[in-house]
Amino acid sequence: VCVCVCVCVCVCVCVCVWAVCAMCGCGRDDFQEELVIRPLHSGDIYASFQFRTVWDTDFMGGKKVSHYRLFPKSLGQVISKFSVRELHISFTQGYWRTMQWGQPFLPSPPGAELWVWFQDTVTDVDGTWKELTNVLSGIFCASLNFIDSTNTVQPSASFKPLGIGNVTDHRFLRYATLPREIVCTENLTPWKKLLPCGSKAGLAVLMKSEKLFHSSFHSQAVHIRPVCQDWQCKSTSWELRQTLNVVFDLHSSGQGKREWSLFKMFSRTLTEACPLASSSKIYIDVTDNPQGEQFELSPATPLLSQAVVLGDRRTYSVYDLTQQATFGSMRSLNMLLRWKSSDGECDMMRPLLHGERYVAGYGLQTGEIHTLMYNHHPYRAFPVLLLDTVPWYLRLYIHTLTVTSKGKDNKPSYIHYQPSKDRVRPHLLEMLVQLPPNSVTEVTVQFERALLKWTEYTPDPNHGFYVGSSVVSALVPSVVAMDTNSTQERPLFSSFFPSKEESSYFVRIYTEPLLVNLPTPDFSMPYNVICLTCTVVAVGYGSLYNLLTRTFQVEEPSPGLAKRLANIIRKMRGVPPL
Amino acid sequence: MPRDKAGQFFGSGHTNNWAVTCTSQFWFNYRHVANTLSVYRSVKRLGIPDSHIVLMLADDMACNHRNPKPATVFSHKNMELNVYGDDVEVDYRGYEVTVENFLRVLTGRLPPSTPRSKRLLSDDRSNILIYLTGHGGNGFLKFQDSEEISNVELADAFEQMWQKRRYNELLFIIDTCQGASMYERFYSPNLMALASSQVGEDSLSHQPDLAIGVHLMDRYTFYLLEFLEDIHPASTTNMNDLFKVCPKSQCVSTPGHRTDLFLRDPGSVLITDFFGSVRKVEITMETINLTSPVEQVEDK
Repeated sequence: VCVCVCVCVCVCVCVCVWAVCAMCGCGRDDFQEELVIRPLHSGDIYASFQFRTVWDTDFMGGKKVSHYRLFPKSLGQVISKFSVRELHISFTQGYWRTMQWGQPFLPSPPGAELWVWFQDTVTDVDGTWKELTNVLSGIFCASLNFIDSTNTVQPSASFKPLGIGNVTDHRFLRYATLPREIVCTENLTPWKKLLPCGSKAGLAVLMKSEKLFHSSFHSQAVHIRPVCQDWQCKSTSWELRQTLNVVFDLHSSGQGKREWSLFKMFSRTLTEACPLASSSKIYIDVTDNPQGEQFELSPATPLLSQAVVLGDRRTYSVYDLTQQATFGSMRSLNMLLRWKSSDGECDMMRPLLHGERYVAGYGLQTGEIHTLMYNHHPYRAFPVLLLDTVPWYLRLYIHTLTVTSKGKDNKPSYIHYQPSKDRVRPHLLEMLVQLPPNSVTEVTVQFERALLKWTEYTPDPNHGFYVGSSVVSALVPSVVAMDTNSTQERPLFSSFFPSKEESSYFVRIYTEPLLVNLPTPDFSMPYNVICLTCTVVAVGYGSLYNLLTRTFQVEEPSPGLAKRLANIIRKMRGVPPL
Repeated sequence: MPRDKAGQFFGSGHTNNWAVTCTSQFWFNYRHVANTLSVYRSVKRLGIPDSHIVLMLADDMACNHRNPKPATVFSHKNMELNVYGDDVEVDYRGYEVTVENFLRVLTGRLPPSTPRSKRLLSDDRSNILIYLTGHGGNGFLKFQDSEEISNVELADAFEQMWQKRRYNELLFIIDTCQGASMYERFYSPNLMALASSQVGEDSLSHQPDLAIGVHLMDRYTFYLLEFLEDIHPASTTNMNDLFKVCPKSQCVSTPGHRTDLFLRDPGSVLITDFFGSVRKVEITMETINLTSPVEQVEDK
């Protein structure tokens, strides 16, 4: 009876709240979901999910927001409590291989990365940052509480806000990475729970952890930022984007056969779109397959879409899940891409910007960090912003910093360096470097390894210590602008200057994280020393003590049997013994 | 009458349930993580929600690069039961699993910025289940391969919990070598303890799997999991049946238990008192009028 009453009360309250909301016009919210599938030239396949919730509300206005519908309440409370303007957090397993796979839609470094822009009303940014990382570690089941002043930096030029807003004072920006952070189902579970439909309907039913983590690359991220409501931008809405990028390997997930389907990738098919979504679409990249000569896509779809993405004009086949017809008579959608022949693959266009990083040197005292940046554009030079965060226990010698391109010195036009302080903050190095066309630029700096205090070592210190990825941010000239094909009919007045919207695009590249061995003491030595010392003390001192304190007495050996009998007889006679 | 039934419902004296589990590091200790996850799975199946479970895993086995089947942890080599599941929430992982954090979780003395999911928010009406597994010896349990917790520290932590009224009844299960030594020093009331082996005995693992390359589970927890799979939320099995799990013929070691500090008779204690969950229900006899319109209150 009581349970029934509770349920009735709940239902009635819900209905009333919805009615109230509709009457007073609380902000509209909108949810869209999308999946992009891009076959890669190496035979692997890249799937990128994006879930976008836009809510016309104001977390900062002072009015407490309490009616949450599509926007997750846990994140809304985080934004209002910590006065967050922008929040970007990503969890990645694996490293993105730019040279084999091209550019990702949303790049992320291995491990966990968190960068936050706070509002300018925050007085104690460091304290708020510490509390925010603890709260996020509870929400995402990750050890983000290990983010502290020793791995947090304040970049001065990289990581400009991605949303609107006129605050550009970098005092309100904090950036930290945890390269060692593991990503597993326990991070995916709370991430899925933030979606309006959860993992019950729509594209999120495809997210099964057994398939997603059996991949070459897996990255999930949450991005929150304010965006304009309309083109006049008189008021702002809050946008939440949850993205999940995964690359399935041809041999481990594909069993060597170049044939991909939704069922093969995710062990599920789609049966419906999320009912709360205003748009639910799947895009398959068919740019390399205009007449269907490379692979065959089934079921066929009439919808096509073209977009300039990452500087390149791509064509996509579109499946609209909000249309019942997409699911066909079987009420389930399982797209199949079957490759026709294994030969005749055209080469992928080389990505224009690429980065690498490694540690050189030998021994456990010194070393050298080398960062290489490749510019593959045939004739255009462009500037890149390099951000390096090195932990304090690798003591950089900044006077040995050299930047060389094509063998010659390349002086950066802007350098911002903040030296580290032992156990307080890491090194921060930001440089604006001009990369000459078709060249490799090498940045080298020498360092010395520090000896940590014995309590500061991790339980497995012989694994090594991680150094976070370098971040290379640039505006790269786009491939579309490279098209000097003059056969296209264009009036002369429009073709003198390169057209603005397609001339360059923003790219952020993350290099590999480094694994560095520090001089590690032998932790079994205290036990060995105690045993050895106690043995020496016991044997040495004990023997000496005995020698000094013992007295020696001479003892007569006992006489034979005949003599003893004779002594007894003599005693009886009263005569002294023998 | 419904009111009488409600009284019986609250007869055991507790209103909510909590569980804490713990384990050890490195790939070759896969079986310890499998042990912990199987207890976690049983406890979730019998009704305790994630918000009431503090799960501590010292290393990642499921997404470890040595795991041939990522995102899975199996309890048996027939690979039927993935104890990791699809809906797991780990509260303390990796380097966060330390003796200090474990004791702080038990006693509640955590830094103020610790999120709720990492706290043991029990009160004096809570029944707590604590399950520890790993490598142990006579009087200690190893954490992370670099530090130990002794039985004296554990007993003192439980006494602190008793004095701060942080539990109603506590069930302590330990699956390590010489596990019985860990509950020898308990002195607080309302504690019941089970161990997989006596002092001087080793707890053995169940069986290896050639594909994964390590032992999958320990014997005691394997038979405990088998026993718990038969329990459902309304089952009336009591603690005496739990004491009989894994006799010497199956376990090779002799499981032990300690009930002298427990006030109730173990035969009257249901398994679901600790492994299941009680939801707090408030019965009201008054009627609520829902016909009048709800007014929106303006914030000043």
